[in-house]
Amino acid sequence: MNLALVTSRDTDQAVRVASPLAVRGMTVSYGQTPAIFSVDMTVRAGAMTAVVGPNGAGKSTLLKAALGVIAPLAGSVTVFGQPMAAMRDRIAYVPQRTSVDWDFPVRVIDVVMMGMYRKLGLLGRVRGQHKALAQDCLDRVGMADFAHRQIGQLSGGQQQRVFLARALAQEADIYVLDEPFAGVDAATEKAIIAVLQGLRDAGKTVLAVHHDLATVPDYFDDVVLLNTQVVAAGPVAEAFTEANLQAAYGGRLTTARVDPESVAG
Amino acid sequence: MGAEFVALSLPPILIGVLVAVACALPGNFLLLRGQALIGDAISHVVLPGIVVAFLLTGLVATGPMLLGAAGAAVIAVVAIEAVRRLGKIEAGAAMGVIFTAMFAGGVLLLEQSDTSSVHLDVEHALYGNLESLIWLDATGWGSLLDPVALAGLPVELPRMALALLVIAVFVGLFWRPLALSTFDEGFARGLGIRTAPLGLALVIMSAIAAVAAFDAVGSIIVIAMFICPPAAARMMTNRLGHQVAWSVVFAVLAAVSGYVLAGYGPLWIGAQASVSAAGMIATVSGIILGLAAVAGPHRTRNG
Amino acid sequence: MLADALLLQLGYNATLVTLGAALLGIAAGVAGTFLFLRKRALVSDAISHATLPGVGLAFVVMVAMGGEGRSLFGLLLGAGVSAALGLLCVQWLTRRTRLGEDAAIGAVLSVFFGFGIVILTVIQTMNAGRQAGLEGFLLGSTAGMLRSDAILLAVSAALVLALVLILRRPLGLAAFDPGYAEATGWSLPRIDLAMMGIVLVVTVVGLKVVGLILIVALLIVPAVTARFWTERADHVVIIAGVVGGVSGYVGAAASAVAPALPTGPIVVLVGFAIFLFSLLYSPRRGVLASVLTHLRYQRRVHVRQGLLALANGQPIYEALTRRLLARSGLILPDGVPTAEGQAAASKALLDETRWAIVRGDQAYALAATRYDGLTPIETVLTPDQLTEIDGKIAAPRGIA
Repeated sequence: MNLALVTSRDTDQAVRVASPLAVRGMTVSYGQTPAIFSVDMTVRAGAMTAVVGPNGAGKSTLLKAALGVIAPLAGSVTVFGQPMAAMRDRIAYVPQRTSVDWDFPVRVIDVVMMGMYRKLGLLGRVRGQHKALAQDCLDRVGMADFAHRQIGQLSGGQQQRVFLARALAQEADIYVLDEPFAGVDAATEKAIIAVLQGLRDAGKTVLAVHHDLATVPDYFDDVVLLNTQVVAAGPVAEAFTEANLQAAYGGRLTTARVDPESVAG
Repeated sequence: MGAEFVALSLPPILIGVLVAVACALPGNFLLLRGQALIGDAISHVVLPGIVVAFLLTGLVATGPMLLGAAGAAVIAVVAIEAVRRLGKIEAGAAMGVIFTAMFAGGVLLLEQSDTSSVHLDVEHALYGNLESLIWLDATGWGSLLDPVALAGLPVELPRMALALLVIAVFVGLFWRPLALSTFDEGFARGLGIRTAPLGLALVIMSAIAAVAAFDAVGSIIVIAMFICPPAAARMMTNRLGHQVAWSVVFAVLAAVSGYVLAGYGPLWIGAQASVSAAGMIATVSGIILGLAAVAGPHRTRNG
Repeated sequence: MLADALLLQLGYNATLVTLGAALLGIAAGVAGTFLFLRKRALVSDAISHATLPGVGLAFVVMVAMGGEGRSLFGLLLGAGVSAALGLLCVQWLTRRTRLGEDAAIGAVLSVFFGFGIVILTVIQTMNAGRQAGLEGFLLGSTAGMLRSDAILLAVSAALVLALVLILRRPLGLAAFDPGYAEATGWSLPRIDLAMMGIVLVVTVVGLKVVGLILIVALLIVPAVTARFWTERADHVVIIAGVVGGVSGYVGAAASAVAPALPTGPIVVLVGFAIFLFSLLYSPRRGVLASVLTHLRYQRRVHVRQGLLALANGQPIYEALTRRLLARSGLILPDGVPTAEGQAAASKALLDETRWAIVRGDQAYALAATRYDGLTPIETVLTPDQLTEIDGKIAAPRGIA
């Protein structure tokens, strides 16, 4: 809720068309408690945006509802001003690593090929160019040597890189990541952030759920502070303030990892 | 091994093989989805579905039976899901409530109604009668080319072949979305794959296998073939395509050797009559699974 | 007839069987609750199907030893041994291989059952006249039971119930609070072993009454039914015992009236009828209650969001929201708010603004947990607190 912000219908419409991903009035509830309530979010093109908030604030829920992975109770989503259904090819998604059965009988290269599902369709033949793209995506995340391993044999950080490679193989304009740095080693975190910044520099849009407040200013351009509702949103310098963090985390900020020097304002 | 084999053993062996493969194919995905027991539930609800279809139409015909059984399977799956969500009850318990109740209802309906004129009873439903599916018109291998003799093939053979064809086409066509949604449902939905209808379609395919097989071999072999060959195959490889291929090999092996052991095994040890082929096929599939569990190269989680 | 049966007027045997079935039902309901709460309900399905080869082999052995092969005790002993073997197989497959418990259960139940069928066909060829009765183990058959068998059934059912009641404390501890059980020195694997032992005994005793295909229902249905009526674990146990007892009692009595029908399906359907009633009409989790609450909740969310949009001068995108607002007379068909709508919108905005302050202020941390986007703040805070908060609204804050 931007309480003080009153927009006219026209400017709001214009902002939505320009935005790679715009969410309006999104409410999702599990049972009778809303995980997110009436969330508005407009992601800026060509920027890296972090969704930040305390545990149970609905960060993952917001991403999943925006991508149509779960059904919202209310709300609408547009991608470059168009309905999501028509624009799926332009969005790549990296789900939480823990949501997957890692014992599944599949090799690393097969996982990356899954990112090309919309290009290949049901029966499209896998050609040399597809294999080359998959191998290239693995190379970009530093996993080229692991192509023929079974995924269950990889470490957590390696699995996360494979997931990122699969998203790269989608060749999208918007990259949506759910907790990409959860439970990964420092080297993987560096590698992932380098790839994401490379995407941003190439004009792509990145939106990620992030749990480490200390690194927000280093990694991201924009931030959305979420606690069931949007508490604040905008460029890090403006929105990532002590007051806003207090508002988002309430009394819980003391338990969150935060480096005072990195918090603006 | 001439005329007698073609007339008495070839049709049941072929039917057994078709049943085994038709069940093992969807069984692979059920296993990987943690829904192995859906096969169990489905094969139990086939009975009430068929009984209700019979009571409504008065016919023992393939069409109504198939519809009745598929309908029962869908009702069962929806009911299980409803119980699971509403009561916040784990899937196994919800399944146990629904399929036992439906099976019990089917048994009582069957016992109460006059089905003496037709080929329907509980024991038949459980373990069928594979041995009775003989080809009286066959006079030898040549009959395989004789249109007149071929017309006298047991009707279960073409029926089962058709069921297998439908299932194989389904698995082949939807291989990618099936694999994707089984491995990573969230990502699959992000790609726009409608995972819920796809999951239901997989259940319906399993129901088709179960109902087509039911008449010939009974439900126990169906459960065994849904689970044992895929489970054994999972321990042989870490690649989905290879797993499915292994499961087909194991299914065929169990069907053929189970039938042969049931028919000829007792003779080898000096006994007179044969034993239940359906039971023996299930037993052999269990032995294969046991061997894979002891010696399969990928039998443990980190191997 | 049915009334006679329910009042135990159908003779000594039928009375013994009915009482035995009731005791067994209580024991199964209680034991099944522990199994259910440990999330291992369907292990019992593997155990029960695994009894069949044991029954067949026991018959073969007894005949080979010169007996008649009909001793119920001997058959049940065989059933118990092979059920235990089946249980071991499930645990071995789950622990030593990558297979999940569901796959292990399915494999064991189908393979053991298939092997049991093989044995049954062997018995058929041994001596056709003698195998009479073994089919009764599939679906249960209490009609025409021998007096000695009826006594065996009633006594062993009573013993199982006593066993369950004696062990209810550790079983309950392991089911409701495994962490605490371990911390206080109980060994979870041992309690689980005891639980599986009880389930096994219930299964074996129930073979003749309910049959091996459906005994799993007697263990699971009461626990699942009870879950619809209470959130308290100890109440689940009691309700499940009652449901199980009633199923066993009514089912066995009804089957005494209809000797041609197998007993198992009747018992199961009595239990299922109670379950179905609970599923539909339970006030907390029933289908009816859930559908109504969900619709009401969805409407409240839409109206609230619509009002907030009105208050902020934002457009309302969703047709459902517009329809609901128009129907309550809050907006006109063209989307313009009525006087009533404007009042409600300002009230909603005030509510949200107050909530925002509360949620940002550590002093109200407890009240903030009550926030769900819908609760009016007056119901959570005192008028004094509201005044204090309203004082802060005027002060500039970093939101927006």
